[in-house]
Amino acid sequence: MSITDSTPRQAPGATPELLTGSGAILRSLELLGIRDVFGLPGGAIMPFYDELMASTAVRHILVRHEQGAGHAAEGYAAASGGIGVAIATSGPGATNLVTAIADAYMDSVPLLAITGQVFSTVMGTDAFQEVDIVGITMPIVKHSFLVKDPADIPATLAAAVHIATTGRPGPVLVDVTKDAQQNRAPFVWPPRIELPGYRPVTKAHGKQVVAAAQLIAEAKRPVLYVGGGVVRGRASEELAAFANLVGAPVVTTLMARGAFPDSSPLHLGMPGMHGSVPAVLALQESDLIVALGARFDDRVTGKVSEFAPDAQVIHVDIDPAEIGKIREAQVPIVGDVREVLADLLVAYRDAIGRHRPDYAAWWERLRELQATYPLGYDVPTDGHLSPQAIIKRIGELTGPEAIYAAGVGQHQMWAAQFIRYERPNAWLNSGGAGTMGYAIPAAMGAKVAEPDRVVWAIDGDGCFQMTNQELATCTINDIPIKVAIINNSSLGMVRQWQTLFYEGRHSFTDLETGGGTRMIPDFVKLAEAYGCLAIRVTKEEEIDAAIRLALETNDRPVVIDFVVSRDAMVWPMVPQGVGNSDIQYARDHAPHWGED
Amino acid sequence: MSHHVLSLLVEDKPGLLTRVAGLFARRGFNIESLAVGTTEIDGLSRITVVVDVEDSPLEQVTKQLNKLVNVIKVVELDQSASVLREHMLVKVRADASTRSQVLEAAALFRASVVDVSPDALVIEVTGDSGKVQALLRLLEPYGIREIAQSGLLAIGRGGKSITERVFKS
Repeated sequence: MSITDSTPRQAPGATPELLTGSGAILRSLELLGIRDVFGLPGGAIMPFYDELMASTAVRHILVRHEQGAGHAAEGYAAASGGIGVAIATSGPGATNLVTAIADAYMDSVPLLAITGQVFSTVMGTDAFQEVDIVGITMPIVKHSFLVKDPADIPATLAAAVHIATTGRPGPVLVDVTKDAQQNRAPFVWPPRIELPGYRPVTKAHGKQVVAAAQLIAEAKRPVLYVGGGVVRGRASEELAAFANLVGAPVVTTLMARGAFPDSSPLHLGMPGMHGSVPAVLALQESDLIVALGARFDDRVTGKVSEFAPDAQVIHVDIDPAEIGKIREAQVPIVGDVREVLADLLVAYRDAIGRHRPDYAAWWERLRELQATYPLGYDVPTDGHLSPQAIIKRIGELTGPEAIYAAGVGQHQMWAAQFIRYERPNAWLNSGGAGTMGYAIPAAMGAKVAEPDRVVWAIDGDGCFQMTNQELATCTINDIPIKVAIINNSSLGMVRQWQTLFYEGRHSFTDLETGGGTRMIPDFVKLAEAYGCLAIRVTKEEEIDAAIRLALETNDRPVVIDFVVSRDAMVWPMVPQGVGNSDIQYARDHAPHWGED
Repeated sequence: MSHHVLSLLVEDKPGLLTRVAGLFARRGFNIESLAVGTTEIDGLSRITVVVDVEDSPLEQVTKQLNKLVNVIKVVELDQSASVLREHMLVKVRADASTRSQVLEAAALFRASVVDVSPDALVIEVTGDSGKVQALLRLLEPYGIREIAQSGLLAIGRGGKSITERVFKS
């Protein structure tokens, strides 16, 4: 975004208006184009809330827990491609934002967190509700500011938004003391932003792009390894054009689901621990990996020393520190992936001339893998529903224009696997941090950002119990999200690991929410208490009707309690600590491979 | 493992040192020594860090440091083309019977005596790490009571300045 161009300039010679710091925060947010904020007031942020009450330009949504504000801001940002804003008071208000800030840091979400701080005169004395939130969040923010002088507010907020949204996006914290909110200072806009140490590179080095094009032209078994950077960098169109020109297979990571359409024949699905066999083995057997805004996460690579042993690597990322962090890149390209892909397309055309590379043998191998190892699941035999079938059906009945936010665990993996994504920003989840409880507040934020889209929270019974209080926020503020609780009565992913790797010792993973248990809490009663339409589904023939009713209901949130089998597991799976060649298609079922 | 000397040009902002030190801790990089001070330009500080890493993690160190918004520039100084200095104050036991020997040792190292008491001397020495360590070894037998030592300071030889290029751009 441009801070100086889009905003009205002060008439030359005019005396700047005198505003309180609080007024300056509000005015700055308005001038920065912020329309919605999520927060919860408390002592140290009260001056700002007093201003906020009268604002018509900024809509404030009162959450029930600050973590909800943080994830809502994340969901808002992830769904819209813009910045999300969360507001909290000092002390516990601020620390309740910490999980969401860490989450935004891991998944490169542009998040502005504004916290109140105690009076600057008592800072350092262990004053009531004082915590050093700048210190606490230092390792999990892109940058942070402590503001003690109201005159610094416009420039600080403008800088914060600039830092959060440019380069590799991330969370920025602005901590404002109560006296800085109360005192007055001239409001100068546009402010002078001085960030001499912040210069993200967007335009890649031409030589590197040519070298990359050459390498792609010469490759026999290339794979485009697409990460969340393509979503954040709004590069889906450029990716589609490039991939279609090259004709190489594409895999999209958990963070990149939707960056490339699932309907494309070039798409092999998701790589990684629970990736599809073709996607995992395509990377593993490739001779050239073109990493686009991806960071070689351990959940993708498996044991790094055994990852894609024959592959050369072209690594495109806007963050130079990601390149070479895990895997050495033969061609490192620092730049904005959108610009790089556009440049790469031209360079590749020049590199191949009239000779289209022949990937026939490579595709033959991949098609064989696709035919032999399609994504699938076993139907449960315990009389409870299949979680995969439900999630798949939600996707089919709702379609690709909707937004799907997941919590963390088995249901998240199934939602990544069995819903077909056709567009970026349709799939929201907590990929890097793995934050249980992300789904409901993130879905709420997404619905505020994109009110015309259907927004599903695909949640687990464990996750749901961490953040369901935001359903009150949804009902009261007319944010009609739809929640599918994939209720397997347990912390399912942990239970799966216990089944597989801890000799079936299910230590403290039973939540007693599902079929045949005491069902505490009763999710239907709970959802009704929040003013939601609540539906319980226990039979296969009820699934479609419940989903349809949810889709038709838009005057309040909907919660469907899908009582599913607890024995369903996420497959395929690469067990932790081994190479990706050891992928299990199903339990004790390793694929056949080799050049036979 | 090898020593690398990094010069960081940073904005003089509150918490900057915590950010730098925290980054080293979080990413698991070892700081051998650290020295912070002002520069010839108002508002800019210079941090000299000695890190003990292989070459490829060093690249990660500099890249991660560069990501800190308040870090303007990170330069690895070529140790053969730089002046490297440590500064140490050492309090050594010295009574009437040993004082002259201690003074002689100090003189050999062109160290100065900055405090004298009946049973001890405080000696100030400046030099590269080898010289400082050699003096310490020589004083050891007399009884070292206390040491205060700075981190390494380093500056490139010749007429160029690491700040000038920053401010031309």
